[in-house]
Amino acid sequence: MDMNTKDINGNGNTKISKQNVDTVKKKFAFTEIWKKYSIAFVLLMMIVTISIIEPKFLSSKNIFNVLTQAAIFGIMSLGLTLIIISKGIDLSAGSLLALAGIIAASLGQVANATSKFYPNIGELPLIIPILVALGIGGILGTINGGLIAFTGIPAFIATLGMTTIARGFTLMYTGGKPISQLTPQFTFLGDKIGILPIPVLIYGIMIIITWVILNYTSFGKNIYAIGGNINAAEVSGVNVKKNIVLIYMYAGLMYGVAALVFAGRVGSVHPGAATGYELTAIAATTIGGTSHAGGIGTIGGAVIGALILSVLRNGLTLLGVQAYWQQIVEGAIIVGAVIVDMRKHKKKN
Amino acid sequence: MTEDKNILEMRNIVKTFPGVQALKGVDLNVKYGEIHALLGENGAGKSTLVKCLIGIYQKTSGEIVFESECIDNYTTADALRMGISMIHQELSPVEHRSIMENIWLGREPKTKLGFVDHNKMYEITKEVLKRIDLDEDPKTLMADLSVAKIQMIEIAKAISYNAKLIIMDEPTSALTNKEIDQLFTIMRKLKEEGKSIIYISHKLEEIFTICDTITVYRDGEYIGTERVSDIDTPTLIKMMVGRNVNELYPKVKCDTGDIKLEVDNLTSEGAFRDVSFKVRKGEILGIAGLVGAGRTELIETLFGLRKKTYGQIKIDGKEVDVRTPQEAKGKKMALLTEDRRLNGIFPMLTVFQNITIANLFKYENKFRLFNHKEAIRDVNEYVESIQIKTPSIYQRMENLSGGNQQKVLVARWLMTSPEILIMDEPTRGIDVGAKAEIYKLISTLAEQGKSVILVSSELPEVMRMSDTIMVMYEGRVAGILNNSKDLTQEEIMHYATGQIMKDKAEYM
Repeated sequence: MDMNTKDINGNGNTKISKQNVDTVKKKFAFTEIWKKYSIAFVLLMMIVTISIIEPKFLSSKNIFNVLTQAAIFGIMSLGLTLIIISKGIDLSAGSLLALAGIIAASLGQVANATSKFYPNIGELPLIIPILVALGIGGILGTINGGLIAFTGIPAFIATLGMTTIARGFTLMYTGGKPISQLTPQFTFLGDKIGILPIPVLIYGIMIIITWVILNYTSFGKNIYAIGGNINAAEVSGVNVKKNIVLIYMYAGLMYGVAALVFAGRVGSVHPGAATGYELTAIAATTIGGTSHAGGIGTIGGAVIGALILSVLRNGLTLLGVQAYWQQIVEGAIIVGAVIVDMRKHKKKN
Repeated sequence: MTEDKNILEMRNIVKTFPGVQALKGVDLNVKYGEIHALLGENGAGKSTLVKCLIGIYQKTSGEIVFESECIDNYTTADALRMGISMIHQELSPVEHRSIMENIWLGREPKTKLGFVDHNKMYEITKEVLKRIDLDEDPKTLMADLSVAKIQMIEIAKAISYNAKLIIMDEPTSALTNKEIDQLFTIMRKLKEEGKSIIYISHKLEEIFTICDTITVYRDGEYIGTERVSDIDTPTLIKMMVGRNVNELYPKVKCDTGDIKLEVDNLTSEGAFRDVSFKVRKGEILGIAGLVGAGRTELIETLFGLRKKTYGQIKIDGKEVDVRTPQEAKGKKMALLTEDRRLNGIFPMLTVFQNITIANLFKYENKFRLFNHKEAIRDVNEYVESIQIKTPSIYQRMENLSGGNQQKVLVARWLMTSPEILIMDEPTRGIDVGAKAEIYKLISTLAEQGKSVILVSSELPEVMRMSDTIMVMYEGRVAGILNNSKDLTQEEIMHYATGQIMKDKAEYM
């Protein structure tokens, strides 16, 4: 592409270079489309292949199953997409989910639960655990962002520390015991309206909100700028520190939402819950074309990435493939996706 | 020396990239012991040609004859062995390793047991450095050296390969005048030893100073080769751009208004001290000085990127406190930074994103959502009015030429409707045509009553563009001069080198 533009930037008054521009434009349009949708083609091909071998895959029940399975790490990956576009990383997503989830669950047990965490408070309306989960996610996310923005330590280190700290608090909070017997209101979050699973509905709403934020607000545009060139963003008058804090705070809120879906669906929260979920969410974002070099990434990509992982897990199970193989394939897909992605962004010489 | 024999003959070189013919059959003949300038606008094919020569690219067709031998299909390593060496525009030293480790990287002298022989490496590095009169301990870390020194080390490295032909791609873009003189001395020495140099530069003054022969390309085509002694600047520019650029530096003539910006005793400890000056509406204040004189630090402080220790900044007579770039922007200031890649452009983002980033708030509707339609309309308007050459506003910034990137940055700041424009080396590394357009733009802005602060290391640029010239020396104002016809480069240099330190009161 480099040379093409150079030609256009020359005088451009010779016929030869004009012709070049035309052919280049055509080629440009095709490669652009391929670039933009290649990962969606991959998903489509996977769906087609799996459903040819196993038609049951396409039943509405199974499709909702795939979507429901994608919902939890899918919601997490929405937050992580913002972080990774800004050239950051968050390893604490799974731990924050567990901590937010377990505290929310402790406030959402039925009145006569056998091992009630707060025996004296009776049954609280659902809004309490919701606010608590969002609050914990948001506050701990803000701490992540604050550490990164104001002390200058790498995001990897800050969130690595947060991972262990949050997990420690989670264990301490319940003394290592799980919390179960949640109110029907709470478990409704993991249930269905008609055939539509609530986790899918929540995932859908979060996708729309995050998409609007990333594409239609100054905050969203600043995220790309910070990831694209943090120095240039600073000079352009972007309040870099404030925005970094907001990015991690928003991601924390997403983990809070994911925690509620998790608790509702499983019906209980174990202190070791969601271990390693951050890696699945990071994988979804990465497969979806968000570059760890910063400045590049889309919400659509993150959603497709999450679906690819979910379709893969579901499909391979349907096809009777051993769970060990599923992991191996998953790993290969993550690496493969990044190889394709790097090629796509490489400047042609 | 065999003055008239060619060391290198490149004949009818064609290089095609998918969809584009970058070189359409160009020639280059370089003699032994000659400094040969390669000239042309960005995209003319200079870089492509030397990359073909050094083995980074393989030519599509054509002939390369080096030392009477036809060479073909070789790698960069082969080129180095044959005696062709290149000093790249963007230096990439291994920063936290020493000079000697950098010079012998990948070919370290070994002991009998196969370990790196540090003693020998030290000795041979000393020898090489001595040949270019560089008195530096081979164990010094690259990170501790100035850009100029790193440049010299690169040359030492080329010599260490016993290079017969050295390609220098814009070697002076980050050097001060004094350092450029040092570089030229070394170049002349190399020339006397019979080595040949291919010299790529946008600075015509330099080419007339140091080069013997000039070859000009335009749009991948060979335009001509001339002896430096036989050609003058206008002819040369015409050869490069294919049209007359009669006024490269348009003379500014406009009435200045009230005082817009007033700086009193501004100080940032360790960078500059007691700097005072005024800029009126419609005035262009040029700031001259050597690298390290504190010019960049001064404007960083004005723009809130650096803390002031004490001193006053007044805008429209009112004292202001600018602590962050956001606040500077709020005071209607704009800053075009010195280093486009470091803190100017977003290379992976589109032209659209690059222009709007400083103006996002302007396009927020009442729900605080971004109005793309309006923004796209405005961006297109700027792209057209300042003639940014790009296939679309969604082109990635990294695919634009330096000149066009600079124009995008200008558009970014014009969109904020600034009243004080600060430009740090606005024409660094961009070609003659784009330069002229930037100058025109600066003049127009001044005409519109905006105050412009122009920091530049190119004296002709400062002298032709500015109404007033402030010269800095070692963090202090050495003089503030009214720009008139009688002012000479030598006079400014006297101030810039600290030979005259007059009391500032004489000029106020």
